[in-house]
Amino acid sequence: MIDKRRQNADEAVAGIKDGSIVLIGGFGMTGEPRELCSALAARKVRGLTIVTNNAGSGEFGIGLLMKQGCVDKIVCSFPRVPGSVIFEELYESGKLELEIVPQGTIAERVRAGAAGIAAFYTRTSWGTPLAEGKEARTFDGKDYVMERAIRGDVALVKAYKGDRWGNLVYSKSMRNFNPVMAMGAELTIAQVSEIVELGDLDPENIVTPGIFVDRVVQLEALYA
Amino acid sequence: MTKLLNRNEIAWRVAHDIPDGSYVNLGVGMPLAVVNFMPDDRDIVFHSENGLLGMRNLKPGEEPDPELVNAGKRPVRMLPGGAFFHHADSFLMIRGGHLDFAVLGAYEVAENGDLANWRLPDSKGAPAVGGAMDLVYGAKKILVMCEHNSKDGAPKIVKETKLPLTGRDCVSKVFTDIAVIERTGDGMIVREIIDGMSFNELQDRTGAKLRLANDWKPLVTPDLPVEEMTPRAMRPKQPTPQPIGKNANG
Repeated sequence: MIDKRRQNADEAVAGIKDGSIVLIGGFGMTGEPRELCSALAARKVRGLTIVTNNAGSGEFGIGLLMKQGCVDKIVCSFPRVPGSVIFEELYESGKLELEIVPQGTIAERVRAGAAGIAAFYTRTSWGTPLAEGKEARTFDGKDYVMERAIRGDVALVKAYKGDRWGNLVYSKSMRNFNPVMAMGAELTIAQVSEIVELGDLDPENIVTPGIFVDRVVQLEALYA
Repeated sequence: MTKLLNRNEIAWRVAHDIPDGSYVNLGVGMPLAVVNFMPDDRDIVFHSENGLLGMRNLKPGEEPDPELVNAGKRPVRMLPGGAFFHHADSFLMIRGGHLDFAVLGAYEVAENGDLANWRLPDSKGAPAVGGAMDLVYGAKKILVMCEHNSKDGAPKIVKETKLPLTGRDCVSKVFTDIAVIERTGDGMIVREIIDGMSFNELQDRTGAKLRLANDWKPLVTPDLPVEEMTPRAMRPKQPTPQPIGKNANG
């Protein structure tokens, strides 16, 4: 029997190793799997590389992971958002490595990793400082930059509803990076507002099929 | 004295340049105001990079929903016919050439269409690029809106930009507080100038060489308030003091 359900956030993040590459869904506060991040922070893992769009708001979720010293490096497109004080402190004191990646390139690097594509060429960032040191190539008269795929050891995502097979549906714009990150890691952990019975989610509407998901935990949002 | 357009008035002018049926992305900052001034008789589908098509700003008094925000993390609402999708599809739309227009802000636009809008060389803080580099080569046309001159009077439309680039050879049209300027293979063509300003004055305030279109028009907008009309981004609330990892069921 497949049962991906976990009892609580701590059990859901059990076994994540030091030095892991962790993909984290969300766009600003919307869709950020804050409670899973906080549970991971409580486990005091070290040396994580996190791949996510923003660098956390406030001292919870991604912010707490950084505050607790779990993160060595962040790969993101836009670290500074309202309330990203922890990031700013660590970055300015040189305690956090930052790799800035255009937003669509993050999404595509993770998608490529999920799809078994090692690298791809994109127009994005050609001719800019972010293309320095990267292979460039011309196709049909247009210039492209090569980008490598990202494959996560772990993905932390947030969804609206899930079932014991790991199928997920989202709510409005909380979807954002979550389905992409969910596809891109060896171990994908989803926090949902509600776990429903198998069959309650309409197969026509499932956004993340359970094949991508390893653990599902129902959590109330502690941080509104 | 000549009255310069304020940001809402520039946004109004941009909005009225976008034809019925267009799919449009608005960059964060100044361009977000464009959605407030769309003529009612046009179906314009606004794309937001975080996975929305068919969004509009909240109406006054409308309750914000933390699960429904735009690229600037500001609360929005959906029109009937709107759709949600994930980030890889959203940037596929952007990077694959599916959008008709993107409206972006600028630090500088060069004569050759180069755009610099993401970082100043003397910036102290961490760099942040967001989706700007995806948009510049992705959308069919890039419309730029900005003040014509910076606070110290330096032109933002320049012969050549030395700032870190967002993209090369990508800008189609620039809307400023004093003019509408189209970039063509034939150089920078002035389409509209505000009332009371001569072409020579405009040229003096511009770093790039301009040409006046034969059929140029006065740049006219309704008088609009200076205040920003877009709801602010939501800020994180204080966490409720509960044990981390508490199960929803108890």
